[in-house]
Amino acid sequence: MAHGPATLADGWKAYISRWVFTTNHKDIGTLYLWFSFAMFILGGAFAMIIRAELFQPGMQLIKPEFFNQMTTMHGLVMVFGAIMPAFVGLANWMIPLMIGAPDMALPRMNNLSFWILPFAFAILTSTLFMEGGGPNFGWTFYAPLSTTYAPESVNFFIFAIHIMGASSIMGSINIIATVMNMRAPGMTYMKMPLFVWTWVITAFLLVAVMPVLAGAVTMMLMDINFGTSFFNAAGGGDPVLFQHVFWFFGHPEVYIIILPAFGVVSQIIPTFSRKPLFGYSSMVYATAAIAFLSFVVWAHHMFTVGMPIAGELYFMYATMLIAVPTGVKVFNWITTMYKGSLTFETPMLFSIAFVILFTFGGFTGLMLSIAAADMQYHDTYFVVAHFHYVMVAGAVFSGTAAIYYWLPKWCGKMYNETMGQVQFWVAFIGFNIAFMPQHFLGLAGMPRRYADYGLQFADWNMVSSVGAFIYGGAQIMLLINVILTIRNGKPVADEKVWEGAEGLEWTVATPAPYHTFEKPPEVK
Amino acid sequence: MLKRAKALFLSLLSLVVSLPALGSAVVETSTRQLNMPQGVTEVSQAAYDIHMIMVWVCTVIGVGVFGFMFYVMYAHRKSRGAVAENFHENLVVELLWTIVPTIILIVMAFPATTALLKVYDTDNPDIEIKVTGYQWKWQYEYLGEGVKFMSELNTSLDEVYGREPKGEHYLREVTEPLVLPVGKKIRFLVTGNDVIHSWWVPDFGVKRDAVPGLFTSGWAKTDEPGIYVGECTELCGLGHAFMPVVVEVKEEAEYNEWLAGKKAEAAEYASTIGKQWSAEELMVRGEEVYERSCAACHQSNGEGIPGVFPALKDSPIALGPMVGHIAVLIDGVAGTSMQSFADQLSEVDIAAVVHYERNAWDNNVGDVTQPLDVLNYKQSK
Repeated sequence: MAHGPATLADGWKAYISRWVFTTNHKDIGTLYLWFSFAMFILGGAFAMIIRAELFQPGMQLIKPEFFNQMTTMHGLVMVFGAIMPAFVGLANWMIPLMIGAPDMALPRMNNLSFWILPFAFAILTSTLFMEGGGPNFGWTFYAPLSTTYAPESVNFFIFAIHIMGASSIMGSINIIATVMNMRAPGMTYMKMPLFVWTWVITAFLLVAVMPVLAGAVTMMLMDINFGTSFFNAAGGGDPVLFQHVFWFFGHPEVYIIILPAFGVVSQIIPTFSRKPLFGYSSMVYATAAIAFLSFVVWAHHMFTVGMPIAGELYFMYATMLIAVPTGVKVFNWITTMYKGSLTFETPMLFSIAFVILFTFGGFTGLMLSIAAADMQYHDTYFVVAHFHYVMVAGAVFSGTAAIYYWLPKWCGKMYNETMGQVQFWVAFIGFNIAFMPQHFLGLAGMPRRYADYGLQFADWNMVSSVGAFIYGGAQIMLLINVILTIRNGKPVADEKVWEGAEGLEWTVATPAPYHTFEKPPEVK
Repeated sequence: MLKRAKALFLSLLSLVVSLPALGSAVVETSTRQLNMPQGVTEVSQAAYDIHMIMVWVCTVIGVGVFGFMFYVMYAHRKSRGAVAENFHENLVVELLWTIVPTIILIVMAFPATTALLKVYDTDNPDIEIKVTGYQWKWQYEYLGEGVKFMSELNTSLDEVYGREPKGEHYLREVTEPLVLPVGKKIRFLVTGNDVIHSWWVPDFGVKRDAVPGLFTSGWAKTDEPGIYVGECTELCGLGHAFMPVVVEVKEEAEYNEWLAGKKAEAAEYASTIGKQWSAEELMVRGEEVYERSCAACHQSNGEGIPGVFPALKDSPIALGPMVGHIAVLIDGVAGTSMQSFADQLSEVDIAAVVHYERNAWDNNVGDVTQPLDVLNYKQSK
């Protein structure tokens, strides 16, 4: 048996060294998860500032220039700091356990890919305190607002994006290498749990598009500092080029966020239905189809930019097609529940809410794909509502489900079920109060990223803000529940934890020992 | 507050009772509007129709899928003694739910295509208007008519910052609306001067990005006179929420009268450009122009925002030679957000604001900038 991890009892120096120099996939997974939760709270705080300012018409709390920094930082921190690292953390913890590997294939790179992240976000957040303020051009940072017209801190923003990209690419390579090389004997590809499958496909997406994002910010850097004119019309460049490059990254990016969430839900629903996942192979094919389609639909974010009609039609048809594989997934989840033996513990509640709300977001997505109608929806709160239904009720709900689902395996203690269920209902109700009215606001004509609005939008904005605060409160409840579980939750001894759980991760002891599968298991 | 709550309750009720009826009630400042406006043009009607088709298709599918899901959650719960079966695939069902949605999508593609063709039908206009987005106002140019003006927010900063009560048309009023006649096909050629803006009039169904260096086009033709309000929908900096679009559609005779008036105004202005203005007149006008066009960045007190927008108080340009000061306004400053105001402000306004900046906030240069100085600079280039 190898040496155990240092604890606080070994002195704080040893304890800190353990976390800084760790190459253990469980430690690194834990680091990713705590980091992403910290970023989630930070991004959430930005959102609270936004919703507080929008509580009433008029500028009450902050100035428009700070408002723009808040919308930008909220988006960047949530996408790159909260959701993506959360799923990388889950991947680190669970993929080796699920495929019967002792660790990730490249443990030192694993350490590096985590430890550069805090620096990236320290740099990004520090821009808020610089002269001229932080990034204020939206998380999509369209040129030339983000180049010629940007505050000087944009260079720090570009550097931070580069670091995040490097971290993501390293993390993805690690996942691909692990899954390709370290599966236990008998664990064929088509036996892998769906979470592993969705993550492999996600990793390929990341490796493909992160360099494109790096290219976009590098061109910005050149335009700002070295006199090039990639995006400057006056110098013969084209601002629309930026949007094509950005969305060629950006559209796969939203699937990068949602595919691992699909994976999590595909693990949880069978467990609490006590029935195997319906249509496993069609789930794998649907995931691959969604990943492929994500590369060929990017310009549906640009229907109003003045593309020729042939381009509009192509991107409209291609985008509508995404509904097919996504629909297959939803049908599969529901059919998994059909004729099962259902119980509704907290992870299951979050997963069912995921299916319902994500499907709702899918419906609005389908509406947005219709170019003629998108001329009205584009850049309004309808879009804001749409992507919060798929990003928050999608990715964040499934991430929360994952935490409740695997927490007993991680720390060997059971969370408080009542508190978990209360947290679910607060989150579910708060979320819908916050974002459902934004559909109405958008349809009635309120554009997104508005620091202030006309009196006709006052009521729904007030409702939305109240919902946002409720939803924010639910996250604090999650944090408290997790801390209480780790400190004094009821110990769990059962390896399976959940009655209906299947898979290799439930064959190791609870809590999962520091080193697992030093001898590979046999998979029949 | 109570009144709000009541209106809110009513609107929720009306949502439940009659969703399809909502779109038809286009009440301009109604807080009850929950649906997309039907608008007053063919394009907005087409967008509304396809939107409603999608709403109903999604509703029917949603009711089916969620209905089945809730049935499963009720009927197959362990607490009711349900025992799990073990099936996990069924080729027929899986093929069916791949093929049927595909067919639904193909059917929906037809109305979606027709609607888009309508949006793009910009040929053979009666009137062409060039719309240019500036930080943070719109410029309208009636091509071939020699009429051109800026349209800026007319709500005071005091209302925005709560020092004064908000008016009925808060953030929905401009200095000068775009005026259009009924019954004519109007083509909008939309472009941007600095960053990307987006020109949107919901009741026309026209939303076009205003991209520097590029023209995008949209069109409108309506038979209903009235005032239609829209917004800028592409993030364009700190004034993004403060550059509304207001369009006034008039009967043709009224429109012609208005157009003739604008042409006369332009002619009259040309004759006053040579007039000598007094320092006091310039200060008054200059302050107005400054508050409207400069204060958003350089601030009312002339101190700017450190690190982003330089101060004008005690600045070497404001205290230096007059020609240099005029040059900044006419040419802009390359590589910064200081744009050229040559097309945005008249010679009189530029002279007034230069004079104001040189003599306000203890700058006390003491010289007097005349419109002719500005004209001379322009012609010297």
